[in-house]
Amino acid sequence: MSRLLMCRPDYFGIEYEINPWMRISNASNPTTCQAQWQALVHVLEEDIGVKVEYIEPVHGLPDLVFTANAGIVARGKAVPSRFRHPERRREEQYFEQWFERHGYEVVRLDPDLYFEGAGDLLGFADVWFGGYRQRSDVRAYTVLTEIFHKEILPLELINPKFYHLDTCFCPLSGGDVLYFPGAFDSYAQTVIEARIESTRRVPVPSVEAERFACNAVCVGRHVVLPTGCPETTKLLEGKGYLPHQLELDEFLKAGGSAKCLTLALD
Amino acid sequence: MVTQTVILNGHIIDSLILAKVLDAIVMLGGRFDLLEVKIGETREVSSHVMIQVKAETSSLLGEIIEAIQPHGATVEIEHDCTVQAAPADGILPDAFYASSHFPTQVRLNGQWIDVDRVEMDLAIVVRQNPLSASMIPMAEVKKGDLIVTGSEGVRVFPLERPHERDVFGFMEAQVSSERPHRHIICDIANRMRKIKQGRETGEPLQKVLLAGGPAIVHAGGREALAWLIDSGYIHVLFCGNALAAHDMEAGIFGTSLGYSLGAGRAVPHGHEHHLRTINRIRGIGSIETAVESGVVHDGIMAACVHRGVNVVMAGTIRDDGPLPGVITDSIHAQTAMRAALPGVGLVLLVASTLHAVATGNLLPATVPTVCVDINPAVPTKLSDRGSFQAVGLVMDSSSFLGELARELGWEDKEGPR
Repeated sequence: MSRLLMCRPDYFGIEYEINPWMRISNASNPTTCQAQWQALVHVLEEDIGVKVEYIEPVHGLPDLVFTANAGIVARGKAVPSRFRHPERRREEQYFEQWFERHGYEVVRLDPDLYFEGAGDLLGFADVWFGGYRQRSDVRAYTVLTEIFHKEILPLELINPKFYHLDTCFCPLSGGDVLYFPGAFDSYAQTVIEARIESTRRVPVPSVEAERFACNAVCVGRHVVLPTGCPETTKLLEGKGYLPHQLELDEFLKAGGSAKCLTLALD
Repeated sequence: MVTQTVILNGHIIDSLILAKVLDAIVMLGGRFDLLEVKIGETREVSSHVMIQVKAETSSLLGEIIEAIQPHGATVEIEHDCTVQAAPADGILPDAFYASSHFPTQVRLNGQWIDVDRVEMDLAIVVRQNPLSASMIPMAEVKKGDLIVTGSEGVRVFPLERPHERDVFGFMEAQVSSERPHRHIICDIANRMRKIKQGRETGEPLQKVLLAGGPAIVHAGGREALAWLIDSGYIHVLFCGNALAAHDMEAGIFGTSLGYSLGAGRAVPHGHEHHLRTINRIRGIGSIETAVESGVVHDGIMAACVHRGVNVVMAGTIRDDGPLPGVITDSIHAQTAMRAALPGVGLVLLVASTLHAVATGNLLPATVPTVCVDINPAVPTKLSDRGSFQAVGLVMDSSSFLGELARELGWEDKEGPR
């Protein structure tokens, strides 16, 4: 059974602006937040059969809800994130403690080597891809290659709206990838085209990319993605996936959606 | 040209990160050398590349480094060279850096500067105000001179392939008696022609140096060499007592080591001719006066005096006389030879093991050099002693000088060919 780490949005809110989506003036509604988050948990647990693990929310850490940025977890090892922005750096200790308490071998990066976890590091069984330039430092992937013995191909992100790899790139269980080419520089686009054959690449239209169509959670044939992405939904169905569209607009105000709210634990 | 070494690690090949970094360097107007490349053996293993970034100005270099750092290029941590004061005149600190004959830089006060007077087997002395570094022979060191120690903060550059595609293009010793000589001699002649034209048209002065032994005279190469000097193709001559003595013996007595150059036979009392020549010149006081007074009216030394060629004569143990002007203190001779080297753009080492090796070892590896000897052991020895850039030519010195001179327009007694 797939396990995902999540965090109740008890203290979620727009308290600072560290990406183009965040506007303090564009406040989130706490009641709607809770409802949208609960609906996500419900679909994951009841419809898809995922086991959800929880980390306790912490007052004053509004973005702890985005557990994709806790770190990267694989083969019993957890490498906690090293956030670029001081606003999120305070989350690091809570994620580290959670990994330690749950029996993971915690491997720490140098404090000044920016790496924002599964938000920037995604992949398939044979190759991982690492987003850099916006948040994570490309040098982190050299260290992570040694920790996990994996080939990691860094991809340069050039659009501040798509500041993490998981906002514009989503590997799917069948070897396909949902992605928005416009978020990458030409070298990264060439790398994606060289490593993933054309029939496996599913480019999403820009209007849906901006709805965070790529910030999807894929478990088996199920894909959870935000509403307002009809073209992407159709493309997924055409490839035999089972899309679940959920209203997650309160989290989009902070620059996150379904994927950002979860961390794959194994 | 300013440089900075950077390191790139990770999956830099398939991710096109290396291509991106190299493209960025070139697009911004810089150049690069890959100093080290280690490709990961499997997909899971990182690759490693060390890149030397070069730019015309330090501000452009800074711009390039700033542009490539986000892609993982990490500036190599560099340190200044370490120095120690020389403990006494003529004595180096124990850990002194021993030089090679390649272009060398040392890092001082955070910047890389070129080391002057490149030569193998010397030390490097550093001077402040103005900041400079040059190679220095052990014997010239003064107490308190700041001498570079260890190898940190010192870097040596491999030779760049010369732009001219001739026999010197490969800069590697080639010694064979079975190779055709003609194209090599043509390439040498072309270089000499260019240097002569450059001197006549006011380009930065380059010089051709010839270091030769007395076999040039014995074998019959005297006229050809005198013609080359007289025609302005040779500007520095390194030799010993014997070449000068036998050249003037030929002028005065018509013999070389007692053999008639015309008849090829020993003449009565001929073995004394070189002694009588030396004695005559000693009596006159100098070779210059002997030439100017007409006692010596032709040949190699006369041509040198007529053309103002810089002649350095270094003595050896069994020299007769010696002639006036021969430097008998070998350290002084080294100093005089070094002083004649700046500007030398081509070196011909002809028929002298002693002078070939001595001259070869004084030269930077960047100077095109030809070693001509009838005995293949000489160019081989020169190469073994480190002057690997010398092109070896196994042939008689007279034939070599004759062919070279004819290539440049000499018409000898046998008429034009």
